[in-house]
Amino acid sequence: MRRYRFVLFRPLQLVPVLAGISIITFILVRMIPGDPARILLGTRATPTAIANIRARYGLDEPMWVQYLYFLKNLGAGEMGVSTLYKIDVLPLIATRIEPTLALVLAGVVLALVFAVPSAAISARRQGRASDHVVRILSTVAIGFPSFWLGVVLIILFGVNLGWLPVSGYGETVVDKLVHLVLPGLTIALPLTAVLTRSLRAAMIAGLQSDIATAARARGLPERLVFWRHVVPNALVPTVNLLAVNIGWLIGGTVVVENVFAVPGLGQLMTRGIFSRDYMVVQGVALAFACATVMINFLADIITVAMDPRVEL
Amino acid sequence: MPGRDLPPGWSAWLRCGPMLQTGLVLLLAFVLLAIFAEQIAPYDPIAHNPNARLLPPSMAHPFGTDNFGRDVLSRVIWGTRIDLQIALIGVVLPFLIGTIIGTVAGFFGSWVDAVFMRAIDVVLAFPFLVLLLSIITILGPGLGSFYIAMALVGWVSYARLIRAQILVLRTQDFAVAAESLGFSRLRIMFRHLLPNALAGSLVFVMSDAVLVLLSGASISYLGLGVQPPAAEWGVMVAEAQAFISQAWWISFFPGLAIVLLAFGFSLTGDALADLLLVHE
Repeated sequence: MRRYRFVLFRPLQLVPVLAGISIITFILVRMIPGDPARILLGTRATPTAIANIRARYGLDEPMWVQYLYFLKNLGAGEMGVSTLYKIDVLPLIATRIEPTLALVLAGVVLALVFAVPSAAISARRQGRASDHVVRILSTVAIGFPSFWLGVVLIILFGVNLGWLPVSGYGETVVDKLVHLVLPGLTIALPLTAVLTRSLRAAMIAGLQSDIATAARARGLPERLVFWRHVVPNALVPTVNLLAVNIGWLIGGTVVVENVFAVPGLGQLMTRGIFSRDYMVVQGVALAFACATVMINFLADIITVAMDPRVEL
Repeated sequence: MPGRDLPPGWSAWLRCGPMLQTGLVLLLAFVLLAIFAEQIAPYDPIAHNPNARLLPPSMAHPFGTDNFGRDVLSRVIWGTRIDLQIALIGVVLPFLIGTIIGTVAGFFGSWVDAVFMRAIDVVLAFPFLVLLLSIITILGPGLGSFYIAMALVGWVSYARLIRAQILVLRTQDFAVAAESLGFSRLRIMFRHLLPNALAGSLVFVMSDAVLVLLSGASISYLGLGVQPPAAEWGVMVAEAQAFISQAWWISFFPGLAIVLLAFGFSLTGDALADLLLVHE
């Protein structure tokens, strides 16, 4: 259990980062030109509502006091009111988490399903034609713009073949899964390229490692040496790589949700930008940043659980 | 030895290997397209032509035409100017800022370093595109806002890379020697330490160019970067999305251009990594 002690102490180290996140999101909204009260309430606010908001956010106080008000409201779960949807930002965000989370998970699962076999082919046939094909494809796929990939998939599977729905998010679980296939693939393909490159390098190193040599010396067939000893070890750094790339993945969902009209957090944010719904933009940015920090923390726990040698 | 009888420049070119050659040829091709867009593009990229709407690819229009009758090939060629500029400026600004901050933080250490490191942690806590979008929310849509946002967000990667190098270099003999000769701090930092710290970030520039190109095109696709009717590849895909059931070519070819340009950057970056970082 000593190895897991960091689970208790790490959150303390996260406090400065979380404070920094709150300062940046606070500054972002205060940088918007114009009367902050009007920004919080929209342009058609009544004088009483404006007087109320000035008191609640301390808008007549110095800037640092306003920041403390902001923290106090945040602590109470108050992130302002959406000027577009006319409801509190926090419940609005809560209803949009599921599609985004499902999309990220679908992308990660599909990417692993593609990346492990292609990296295995590449690493076991290093230097041969199939290895070159995988390496070239993964170099090309890193440069796929997600909005274009989504459109190409819509043309192929939606318009030409008519197999899959091309927009929205279903009602039932099955319906939702069917709607997630194309957006999930759009997220997954560039991620597959990133994972394949790292897995291939880890597998090649693993094939030459003492662990593999010892397994071969015990008379294990090469197939078992690879799948039982090399692959599990190569997956440990992949968890970390996924965590490092989570910000990039979230950026991908923002774009992909707009391509496929998925009602998730990314779509909420871009619509908020267009309709000057600043509290929503602030809330989503805050939620995304906190999610990124939490996922990195989770990845550390998973890495420790997967590899008994790791100490944090 | 191959290429012994060739002029000197050519033997160096042959030693580059197929990866770097392909990458450099791709990048050079896009640079030439950008410079000579006016001469190369067969049609006007913006003028409407009501008689040539939604024509599929043919000899007269190799990439077809869009809903306004504009030649897609010409628009893709003109788009090279904007998208290459996005990759260039979007990389150079963060590179300069990050290099200066990384050098100063690594050289001075103590509280200067601590302040910048905490700032980097916070910037990295935000998903890259989300922070770009948040800044563009304040500044308003446009390419200028995108460049400012890139400068504010992108410097952290370069600062981290350079700082790590400077931390190692500043204890080495040549740095101590420069100090004992009484050279100014500025001279030691930027004339002695920085040139030796640059290799890693020069390789990173290439993969960063891919990221910046994709971000710039994505933000333009979302409607928050380059504005129509400008021929920018992301904008072109966004405008074409309404016609995907009738005309795949309008959205397909601009995206293909992004993929090819990104491929050129990636290949060059991978090859440079093999050349410059082989000892690490």
